[in-house]
Parts: sequence; structure tokens; C-alpha cells
Amino acid sequence: MSSDNGAFVRVHPLLVRITHWINVLAVLIMVLSGWRIYNASPLFGFKFPSDWTLGGWLAGALQWHFAALWLLVINGLVYISYGVLSGHFRRKLLPVTPRAVLRDVGEALRGKLAHDDLRVYNAAQRAAYLGAIVLAVVLVLSGLAIWKPVQFQELAALMGDYEGARYVHFLAMVALLLFVVVHVAMVALVPRTLPAMLTGRARVPATAKGE
Amino acid sequence: MKRLFGMQDSLGAHSRPQIEKIERRLFLKQGLSLGAVTLLSGCDVTDAESVQKVLWRMSHWNDRVQAWLFDPNKLAPEFPESRITKPFPFNAFYSEAEVPKVDAASYQLEVAGLVREKKAWTLPELYALPQVSQVTRHICVEGWSAIGKWSGVRFGEFLRRIGADLTAKYVGFRCADNYSTSIDMPTALHPQTQLTLRFADQILPPQYGFPMKLRIPTKLGFKNPKHIVALFVTNEYPGGYWEDQGYNWFSGS
Repeated sequence: MSSDNGAFVRVHPLLVRITHWINVLAVLIMVLSGWRIYNASPLFGFKFPSDWTLGGWLAGALQWHFAALWLLVINGLVYISYGVLSGHFRRKLLPVTPRAVLRDVGEALRGKLAHDDLRVYNAAQRAAYLGAIVLAVVLVLSGLAIWKPVQFQELAALMGDYEGARYVHFLAMVALLLFVVVHVAMVALVPRTLPAMLTGRARVPATAKGE
Repeated sequence: MKRLFGMQDSLGAHSRPQIEKIERRLFLKQGLSLGAVTLLSGCDVTDAESVQKVLWRMSHWNDRVQAWLFDPNKLAPEFPESRITKPFPFNAFYSEAEVPKVDAASYQLEVAGLVREKKAWTLPELYALPQVSQVTRHICVEGWSAIGKWSGVRFGEFLRRIGADLTAKYVGFRCADNYSTSIDMPTALHPQTQLTLRFADQILPPQYGFPMKLRIPTKLGFKNPKHIVALFVTNEYPGGYWEDQGYNWFSGS
């Protein structure tokens, strides 16, 4: 690998790393308690196995869900505020064009996509990370519509009222989990991205141009 | 650690008393099952009791947030009668066969606590009060919802009529089926909160709460007590049947 003689550089800012791992915990709690809540009145013809859920019963799951909600939302607001105000999003996630995304997804599927410089996200990554942020926002908004279909009835109306918001909430959860599956698979394929998200640093090729 | 193997937590059907009872027992016995988190970490990572304490505290915090979010003038959406759910689901912590039989002739609604007129009310007296109707969505804490038509007395008007202390914090309810719940005063005074005597233009049938229920379209279904036999106005937190077991007290929509 060309990075052998490269230098250790800062890849992920501290705030991004902290919010990333808090988010992992928050999403884990939200999903596992959410499955238990789903099981109380399934939208589709299946239930999640009880052992894969959190809370023990409906009230317990609701307690977890509405406690972790604060962790998710506050952490998410910190991350998004930082991303917008510091220019982190602009530098790392933009620009992203459909053409570039298709090209990079194609290359990734053929195993040709380079990951030498972890400071630079390819177009497929940019689209995926932006998509995950959008999904998280949709999850919170549809959750608010389900929680408060009277106080936030205008929001609920955008999603097809209370019952529509339940479907939006569920489908956004599925989409976010698809992102997680791909994301974790990519980390498994490029394992040095994992320590980089912990320590913030990684070796990059001497020839890399950086951000 | 014991886990809830093969336990179902609810059914598509709307009454699942047995399972609810089993679940409750397990919940009380082992606290919060940490299920998959425990599975992933391979050990019991958290002290169940302290975790439970934090979760209860968060639930109380969410009560306060919801009281703050509650707009006393914001009305729950109303629907045309064509949207009414038929048949309207029966739901209780017991089966439909166990619905309490309340004798209309001897029925009295007891009124207590911080009220000026503590006289009990008979059904003819309640039927004689001005009546209003609503077609609103009933939302169960389980997630399902159903639209129904309820008619009765505006609860705020009733509270004024009995000289209730409207600055008190809570109104509590006791029911013929030993159910109990309580609500905040702002919700009690909301224009759509209704002392319901009729369902679908008929005298309230037993399965929907004969002779009287409280209809609150700004709260979840379990905050809508049926078969009410007593109500009281108080400043001391009264709790409730489900609330005492862990369901969020405010549970506003």
C-alpha cells in the first residue's frame, strides 16, 4: 500500500468522533426499543424477535425510546451545527453530483475505488453520509408527528396524518439500517478506517493532496 | 440472565389481557430486560435498578416538556363521519366478557376533592346537561388508532358547574372496573375534553365505557377512562393504573 511511507495526519475532528460514537449508542437504543414498540401493533405481517428488542415490555421500550430520543436529538444538533458552522459539511460532503456518485459506486462494486487518503470522501461516501443525515432528520420529524399528532398536526399532515407518519418512521428506520449495513461492511473492507474514527488520525500517502 | 423467550408483546387484536398480565409480571420480576444490549455485550452491563431510575426520571422530564408543548387552544383534527372506524375496536386490560355491568338506575357519579359542590350526579342529571359531539382519532399507546364519534358534556363546563378549583393541578378518576387515571388541569379544560355519554349517537355501550367515559382527543387512549364512578380534583399527584407501572403520565398527543 502506498501509505507505508506517508505521514500521520488528522482525519476526523474530535467533535465528529465524539458525536459519531454517541450517535451509534443512541441509534442502537432507538432501533431496539423501537422494534419492541412496533411489535405492540405491527404495521406489516411480522414482528421482531423479542430477544432483539430493548425494554422488556411496551412501557419499558417507550421509556427507553423517549429517553434516548434526547441523546439522539441533542447529539445530532451538536453535530449538524458544527458541520454547517465550521464548514466541515461543505469541505467533506460537497460537492456531490449524481454522475460522480454513480461512477464511484460502480468503481466500488468492481473493487477499484481507492481509499488511500481517508481525509477525502469519494462521491459514494458523500452521498451516503448526506443520506444518513437526511434519514435521521426524517426519523426525528416523523417521530415528532407520531408523538404529537395534535400539537404538531401540520407536520403530521405532511406525512399523511398520524397513520402515514408511522409508515414514514418505519421506512426511514429500514433505510437507515441499510445505510448502517453498507457502512459497517465498508469498514470491514477497509479496516484502517475504524481506528481513524477512534483516534482521529491515519497515515496518508505522501503524495496525497488532503482536503 | 433470563430473557423473554418467545414472548409476544401484543397481538393484532385489541384485547390481550393474558399476555399483558404475563408481561407485566416479568417486567416487575426482572426489571427492564436489556435484551439485545445484553446479548451484544455478553454480560449484564447495567444495574437494572439504577437504569430504571434514570428512565423514570426521563419520563417525568418528558411530562414537563409535554405540559409545556400543550397548547390549550389547539384542537385535535376532526373527521367526517364517513371516516369513522367500523367496527370500533374494544380495548381494556381485560377481555370483552369481563366488561363491568353498571346499573343505570342506581348509578351515581361521585365528585370529590377541591370542588365546591360535592353532590353526586345521577345519569338523568348528566343527560340533561348541554351536549356536544366530536369525530376524532383515538390513538392507542400500542400504536394503532381508530376514528369514532363521541357525544357528551364539555368537561371544562362540568368542572365549572361543580365549582372545581381550576387552579388545581390534577383531576383523578376511579372506575367501575378498578381502573384509575389522572390528567393535568389544562387538558381537563381543553374544549374537546368531554364527559362522554354517547358513542355513535347511541347511549355509550358497555364495551366502550357505559355509563360514562372521559374522551380526550389530545391524549393517548389509556388516558381516556371508561366506566367512571368518581372524579376528584387535587394538587397531589394521583398516578394511575398504567402510569404506576411505567407508562408515561402525560401521554399527550
